[in-house]
Amino acid sequence: MTELFNLVIKSAFMDNMIFAYFLGMCSFLAVSKKVSTANGLGLAVIFVLSCTAPLNWLIQKNILDEGALSWISSDFATIDLTFLQLLMFIAVIASFVQLVEMIIEKFSPALYGSLGIFLPLIAVNCSILGGSLFMVQRDFNIQEATAFGFGSGLGFWLAIVALAAIREKLKYSHVPNGLKGLGITMLLTGLMGLAFKTFIGMTL
Amino acid sequence: MSTEIQEKEVIKIKQSESLISKRRRKILVDPLDDNNPISIQVLGICSALAVTIKLEPTIVMSISVVFVMIFSSLITSMIRNYIPVRVRIIVQLAIIATLVTLVSEFLKAFNYEMFKVLGAFVGLIITNCIILGRLEAYAMGNKPYDSVLDALGSSVGYAWIILVVAFFRELLGSGSILGWKVFEAIGWDTFPTNGLFVDSIGAFIILGLLIWAQRTRNGYIEN
Repeated sequence: MTELFNLVIKSAFMDNMIFAYFLGMCSFLAVSKKVSTANGLGLAVIFVLSCTAPLNWLIQKNILDEGALSWISSDFATIDLTFLQLLMFIAVIASFVQLVEMIIEKFSPALYGSLGIFLPLIAVNCSILGGSLFMVQRDFNIQEATAFGFGSGLGFWLAIVALAAIREKLKYSHVPNGLKGLGITMLLTGLMGLAFKTFIGMTL
Repeated sequence: MSTEIQEKEVIKIKQSESLISKRRRKILVDPLDDNNPISIQVLGICSALAVTIKLEPTIVMSISVVFVMIFSSLITSMIRNYIPVRVRIIVQLAIIATLVTLVSEFLKAFNYEMFKVLGAFVGLIITNCIILGRLEAYAMGNKPYDSVLDALGSSVGYAWIILVVAFFRELLGSGSILGWKVFEAIGWDTFPTNGLFVDSIGAFIILGLLIWAQRTRNGYIEN
């Protein structure tokens, strides 16, 4: 149990999706103008990531890996479907995002309105596909995969809400014309990344 | 009156456009600077920064993105009238994922070292927002040839930015260009390489400064 908890902390802070791997930058930059919207997107990402990671883990172990199909019949023991990995993962993620979109539209039309075009873009949020690919690369078991998905989502939520808070304050400061918007946000992200780097020396 | 207008429209359509007309040149050149996918439209930053530690993987990445982008635009544009609107995202993702799988298998077969370096990031081309964004915004509503031009412009616009970022990161972070030690070659052995640029932070800062320079040059101001 402690190991799982450590994994959550580690993937949220030390291996933060945004500051360590640059994943999910598009929505991170585009949806961080207001704290409330950023919060909604962050929560959606936590939910999608912690559900798709174990789902994709099951697919990887039971369908895609070499010999994984042997539970159907021993004839399939030599089949290696790893090349279908990207297609399967993205299909799972895209359909799952569609589901979340329908749920949010039903229960919170206000949030649906403010997230607008970025909801379908969660499907192409790199952090979600990246979560699944890293999980395979690092050879997790299913509990670890879930913990990793949840922790990564948590890190994303933390980062996007923090950036949105800074950008709300930034409205009142005088930024050079060319640096307005994306430029200053990139520099800010760099500084935030520097702060997150202090977690690296920690051992859990 | 109405027939006149109709006739005019018919004539307009029948006029064949030259292969590189003014409009088409604009489609091709616009994303390079004035409408750059990274620095103006804020798309595709995700995979852009992760591979830019060294110049060489960045070049491989750029070529892969150009390839995937052009062919996914071509295919989407050719079948655009048969794609049901409700499932278009999944159809587009399937097209992109197939092409990316091709690239990744090709790399695995012919340049395994590079495949190891790029790792999961080849797969992450699928989620490169530029590709899906251009398919959604352009290839779904335009003819194949125009879509290919648009794809070429956008992907080259993406490529030059990440190449510049990679150049500075490799130069300042490792003191080399394409693995060739520049500072030792000019006799400055004690050049202090900065670990910050190998790290993600350097990428953010270089990209921020690059965007600043580019926007100052073309006068784009974001509100």
